[in-house]
Amino acid sequence: MPVLCSAKCGNNAILKRPKTGDALCKECFYWAFETEIHNTIDNGKLFKSGDKVAIGASGGKDSTVLAYVLKLLNERYNYGLQLFLLSIDEGITGYRDDSLETVKQNRDDYEMPLKILSYEELYGWTMDSIVAQIGRKNNCTFCGVFRRQALDRGAALLGVDCIATGHNADDIAETVLMNVLRGDIARLQRCTSAITSGEGSITRCKPLKYTYEKEIVMYAYFKRLVYFSTECVFAPNAYRGHARAYLKDLEKIRPSAIIDIIHSGERLQAKGTIKMPERRNCSRCGFVSSCEVCKACVLLEGLNRGMPKLGIGKSSKVRLQQAEVNRLKTRINF
Amino acid sequence: MSSGDDGLHVIIEFGGGAELLFDKQKRHVVNLPADREWTLKLLLFWIRDNLLKERPELFLQGDTVRPGILVLVNDADWELLGQGEYRLQKGDTILFISTLHGG
Ligand SMILES: [Zn+2]
Ligand SMILES: [Zn+2]
Repeated sequence: MPVLCSAKCGNNAILKRPKTGDALCKECFYWAFETEIHNTIDNGKLFKSGDKVAIGASGGKDSTVLAYVLKLLNERYNYGLQLFLLSIDEGITGYRDDSLETVKQNRDDYEMPLKILSYEELYGWTMDSIVAQIGRKNNCTFCGVFRRQALDRGAALLGVDCIATGHNADDIAETVLMNVLRGDIARLQRCTSAITSGEGSITRCKPLKYTYEKEIVMYAYFKRLVYFSTECVFAPNAYRGHARAYLKDLEKIRPSAIIDIIHSGERLQAKGTIKMPERRNCSRCGFVSSCEVCKACVLLEGLNRGMPKLGIGKSSKVRLQQAEVNRLKTRINF
Repeated sequence: MSSGDDGLHVIIEFGGGAELLFDKQKRHVVNLPADREWTLKLLLFWIRDNLLKERPELFLQGDTVRPGILVLVNDADWELLGQGEYRLQKGDTILFISTLHGG
């Protein structure tokens, strides 16, 4: 009745690998899982010896597994890394409070220094206070935009060389699909790279890029790693979007679909003649931005001026007006 | 809860956020009626009708679990065991883990 491990070690299999269809026992699964992450790190040259690396830690499954595995591989292969945990406290009572407890557990279990940076310190607003101001309609926009920059700022405070995030293969395949649907060539080219760096912004890397969500959850389960899994109190029904549901349906029919989509994304190249949007620095806060003023600063200005709709939605009137003003300015100048 | 030895005793567990659909209760010891041969597929419908507290579409899709929910029987992936066709045995522990929560 029990299925034997495909590695012919004689043990009973406990999992069917989605990527390969192999049936593996616990020990062979651990080895395959960890070795693949090591190969991603090694082939992509994600780290250099002596690097200080901040792990973006949310208390969720991905970052918990990432912290555990990076510690293990750092010792196994002598990467020579100094590892830190970096957490962002959005200020959501009853959600982040609990997940930060999980991160503190990670800190103790993995003996890594932890830095918690709050939206309140960074922006003067907690998500609770933002929701009190704007209601629950667009709060995910604020939260997402603020979080991205918060990690960069935290990394600068810690003086690290690189931020490692827990994005897994499912996340990346989802992003590829979204960027194809949006026709966003610039992001499409960037989103599959395991490592991204640019002037003025800190290097980011994704060691779990080729790691399936299913295996991350199975690994955490069998290793008894404690992670936090609940819904954000402000978006309890959100789960994930349509692209995610579509991807999960594809995976059911053909489990290799996820890795196939990532490989396709990696091979898509825009012709050299296509003009890419230039990346520059926000004139207010100095962080990388595709516009004169970055989205975080626009949202913040809206909040502080009591006009929280500022900067929300691509077709918002505010933005159209802004575009009109810019067009007039250009005419006057030339 | 139990009513003698005539039923099929199994343990049903939820984790990874799936427990949120079941009043946050992670472990359920149940006694299934002895009137039929129980497969995992039948168990899914039984769970929907007897344990599930809200939003069945987040647990089931058609006659199987929603993609993204992992199923383990006695700590083995149900994909190794024939999934819905697996015949439940006395004392089995069936665990459902959501992969869809948090990150
Ligand atoms: Zn084995
Ligand atoms: Zn800015």
